[in-house]
Amino acid sequence: MTEGSVKFAAPLKIPGWVNYALIPFINLLAALLISGIVILIIGDSPIVALKVLIYGAFGYPEAVGYTLYYTTNFIFTGLAVAIAFHCGLFNIGAEGQAALGGIGVSLVCLYFDNLPLWLVIPFAMTAAAIFGAAWAYIPAYLQAKRGSHIVITTIMFNFIAASILTYLLVEVLIDPNGQSPESRHFIESTWLPYFHDFIAMPSTPLNISFVYALVLSAGFYFLVWHTRWGYEIRVVGQNETAARYAGISPSKNIILAMVISGALAGFVGINELQGVQHRLILDFTGGYGFVGIAVALMGRNHPIGIFLAALLFGALYQGGSELAFEMKSINKEMVIVIQGLIILFSGALEHMFRPKIEAAYRRFATTQTAEAG
Amino acid sequence: METFHIIILLLDATFRVATPLVLAALAGMFSERAGVVDIGLEGKMLGAAFAAAAVAAVSGSAWVGLGAGILASIALSLLHAYACVTHKGNQVVSGMAINIVVAGLTPTLGYAWFSMGGQTPHLGGDARFKSITLPFAEAVHDIPVIGYIYAELISNHNIIVYLAAAAVPICAWILYKTRFGLRVRAVGENPHAVDTAGISVDWMRYKALMVTGFLCGIAGSYLSTAHGAGFIRDMTAGKGYLALAALIFGKWRPVPTLFACLLFAFTDAVQARLQGVELPIVGVIPVQFIQALPYILTVLLLAGFVGKANPPKSIGEPYIKER
Amino acid sequence: MSEQSPALELRRINKSFGPVHANKDISLSVDRGSIHGIIGENGAGKSTLMSIVYGFYQADSGDIFVNGQSCHIENPQSSIKAGIGMVHQHFMLVDTFTVLENIILGVEGGYRLSEGLAAARNELIRLEKEYALEVNVDAIVGDLPVGLRQRVEILKALYRGAEILILDEPTGVLTPQEADHLFRILDTLRKQGKTVILITHKLREIMAITDNVSVMRRGEMVAHVKTRETNQAALAERMVGRSVLLQVEKKPANPKDTLVSIRNLNYLDADDVPRLKDINLDLKAGEILGIAGVSGNGQSELLEVLGGMLTPTSGSIRFEGRELVGSKAFTARNLRKIGLGHVPEDRHRSGLILSFSANECTILGYHDKPEYNRGLRLDRKSMVETCQSYIQKYDVRPPDPYLKASGFSGGNQQKLVLAREMEQNPDVLLVGQPTRGVDIGAIEFIHKQLIMMRDAGKAILVVSVEIDEVMSIADRIAVMFDGGIVGEIAASEATETRLGLMMAGVRETRPGAKEAV
Repeated sequence: MTEGSVKFAAPLKIPGWVNYALIPFINLLAALLISGIVILIIGDSPIVALKVLIYGAFGYPEAVGYTLYYTTNFIFTGLAVAIAFHCGLFNIGAEGQAALGGIGVSLVCLYFDNLPLWLVIPFAMTAAAIFGAAWAYIPAYLQAKRGSHIVITTIMFNFIAASILTYLLVEVLIDPNGQSPESRHFIESTWLPYFHDFIAMPSTPLNISFVYALVLSAGFYFLVWHTRWGYEIRVVGQNETAARYAGISPSKNIILAMVISGALAGFVGINELQGVQHRLILDFTGGYGFVGIAVALMGRNHPIGIFLAALLFGALYQGGSELAFEMKSINKEMVIVIQGLIILFSGALEHMFRPKIEAAYRRFATTQTAEAG
Repeated sequence: METFHIIILLLDATFRVATPLVLAALAGMFSERAGVVDIGLEGKMLGAAFAAAAVAAVSGSAWVGLGAGILASIALSLLHAYACVTHKGNQVVSGMAINIVVAGLTPTLGYAWFSMGGQTPHLGGDARFKSITLPFAEAVHDIPVIGYIYAELISNHNIIVYLAAAAVPICAWILYKTRFGLRVRAVGENPHAVDTAGISVDWMRYKALMVTGFLCGIAGSYLSTAHGAGFIRDMTAGKGYLALAALIFGKWRPVPTLFACLLFAFTDAVQARLQGVELPIVGVIPVQFIQALPYILTVLLLAGFVGKANPPKSIGEPYIKER
Repeated sequence: MSEQSPALELRRINKSFGPVHANKDISLSVDRGSIHGIIGENGAGKSTLMSIVYGFYQADSGDIFVNGQSCHIENPQSSIKAGIGMVHQHFMLVDTFTVLENIILGVEGGYRLSEGLAAARNELIRLEKEYALEVNVDAIVGDLPVGLRQRVEILKALYRGAEILILDEPTGVLTPQEADHLFRILDTLRKQGKTVILITHKLREIMAITDNVSVMRRGEMVAHVKTRETNQAALAERMVGRSVLLQVEKKPANPKDTLVSIRNLNYLDADDVPRLKDINLDLKAGEILGIAGVSGNGQSELLEVLGGMLTPTSGSIRFEGRELVGSKAFTARNLRKIGLGHVPEDRHRSGLILSFSANECTILGYHDKPEYNRGLRLDRKSMVETCQSYIQKYDVRPPDPYLKASGFSGGNQQKLVLAREMEQNPDVLLVGQPTRGVDIGAIEFIHKQLIMMRDAGKAILVVSVEIDEVMSIADRIAVMFDGGIVGEIAASEATETRLGLMMAGVRETRPGAKEAV
């Protein structure tokens, strides 16, 4: 047959740099452009704002420390959302899972604080992982076994988690000597070491959980692309029927991916509470779980992309506070606008620029090869 | 008489809390029955609340404010449509993005325009919807039970509360008895059937989403110009998600959705009353538990422990002509 | 417009989807009041052409004339206006609606439904009488059997005033007898002066009902003939471009031991609907057992149960003497380990992960085998090497183990799946629709591979809705209907009529016919 003559070459392969660098960059640019317009509307200069933002995020060592501290949270939640995405699941519940993880960390730091630090750290980490994972397990189980839509259940679980946290802080863990709904401070022997304890840099909240986040990123890469468990998760995410055909249990992997996801989200508690706040407070999750969605989307569910996206959002958080300080009409909510726009362009509107960019690349590539040939 | 009085007060509070829920849930119904997931109800309400309060403050008219609130909400709905219908984007992500953008944008603009820490000026006079005393309310007030209920519970709400009450039968009629409703339901179940019947799927979904925007706009305006007197940052406080939960709890049907909204609103009213009150047998019920109750109930429903929810079949899937 | 002008005329229609030229310069003329067949293999471009006529797609170039007048059809709406109706292969019905609601969708006549519904009810009663198309208009469509749903589709088109009715593969889901009923309806339509265009890949139907036939091959129109002036063999040749080997060359089978014996197998689905009813079958080494039947009569469930994807409700499956039902081995994964390969019916839905590279697809189902793993790690190198060797042996093109599965043509995808399952050297191979959507060259190759495996002493079960395929490669044929085995006959004794009757659920009472035990 003339099988060989059938054209396969036609859909020219789009190289990685277009997919993983150019397109996210253009989406980011679009988001920044709209943000710039908003800044113009409220009567400030977008150019100055951008300068302040960048300086505020990277301009001096202290800023870098803060940026990386925020980045740490975004790596945790970005990885959390990404592992669920790989399994075809949309985990909107990272926020609630982080809250539960924080409760786990706090319980260890409050009630097992007689243990030495080298024991408290793994113990608290395990608690964070278990609490976060347990909070993800229920929606996962309901999705896997009873078909309840995980998007809705995880949304509901965020609210339930918030109620639990409030209840614990108001009724149970509240510091008897304090007024506000906060636990007592953890004793110093349970605190995570800061970066400035080891290296010469100004005092910032950056602590060793940043390193832990990087280690987890490497582990994430290995798990997803280089183990049979990651393979199974991806098969389930791409095609559940094929998974059943191959003897891969969708429900088992849905639960596995979500449990990993919840554990990863739970680690926010390590960085925030054990690392910085040193007590359990309300709203310490600060929207990191939601922004994790943006991080995973921008990072295209790959640890390197996630790191870069997390760095971007970390810079936005840190630079944003500087922005609110420096510019007259901008306050820190402006950063939330930028975040939302990034989610919009790199997530919901991802198909807006992509076909055009790919077509442009194809035209460019074909003329190049034509000239070369 | 005391218990009766308390019940009336509870129900009165229930109506006030339920109003935005009913409107937003009905809004969500049009979107979701047309096959578009809408977790952006929250953002649309918040946007409308801000626009309504800002414009009412400037114009001095609650009605102009309401118009602005509706327009703002429709604009956000169209953005959702542009992302999910035109560009086949992920509907959950789009809703999420809208929620976040609005959560940031409203205080940003509020801060810039009114310099009141992200709030709008306090609304008074005609800039706010006032309670309406229904005819004869005064006269029948002293007639036991019925007259009292009429005067205390039915009368004395602002116009939007009555609007919400009327919206339920109207929306039910639109959904089940009109051409538009038939097409909305069809496009959410099987868009291919709609397409081959010569109706544009995309345009249908755009229209449904505009209705969503319209209703959500009223819901949001209610918060800032009727229930409250001005915009406060994050004033929706999860009501959009609660409305979504009510919609699911009501199985995407108007009347059951109304009852879900009333139930959720009632728990809210009860919770305010029960704070610290010792009940027989159970003792003090933590407020947080009652606050979480609607969400717990919805999860139980979704899990199939309380009835079974059958969502519109093609919900969440962008329509792509197969080749 | 004159009475002489054809009902529908197409001139030089072209349509491409990206690099695929689906319709090349197609011209076609359909006489008024006739039944016109369009025949061609899967992927020949028939459905695309008719979707253009129905306004679902826009032609890149070319003209459409209805009743001699140039007609610009840009969407289904304009096509309906021009009097064209279409019954799609997959029904375009809203399952939760009543028949009546489905029929008026798009032609409600006013913003209020009540008037439209009442008017439609009267009109439908008239149409039902005129064309003998009885159906309860208040029934929920989701509750109706397939044959009736198709009637609703026809009524829908007629209600919209269709003068030209296009049916796309209407018999794919029908038994031969139901199909005959459909043909009687089409005949009535013709007598009433309607024009019918019948798209099919089944020669039998063309010969049975059409007046004229046009043959498509690879996006081109290759012949227009009057049906009574041609025959099946001639049409088949036109369809594939050369004489087809209707019979695969093979030696008589030499069946040995029974490897799998299935007894009283039952399966209820999630809604407690019985999908398999008391199935009894034996798979023997060195033999191909073919399962014929109209699709949707339990074949898919049978494959999925045997492949370990579904758990039977009752019954027994013995594999090399050992009971599988209820045992630990009875999972899709463990069955592979004990020597049971499975080529699924639908490679897109289950055989491959389209977004994965060929080499990642190579280990699907075998990903925990030691040769693909090194400790915790997947051995990427060995995956690629294995894939490379399959590609060579099965002549997969393009020979790129890193290409995404979606980048291969249907035939090459099927080869990838076959290679994976056959190269594990299973004792028993289950094959669903071995050549669905596969080009002729690959069909021959696949059939030969299956027969080679048989000759190597393997037991093979082939499920196919293509009666010709079953008849040509199977040694023994069992026919399924409504979840049960209607009967089992030797391939040498099978004729289309006999199988057709069995496919309709008619049990054989003839002496000599072997009923399943």
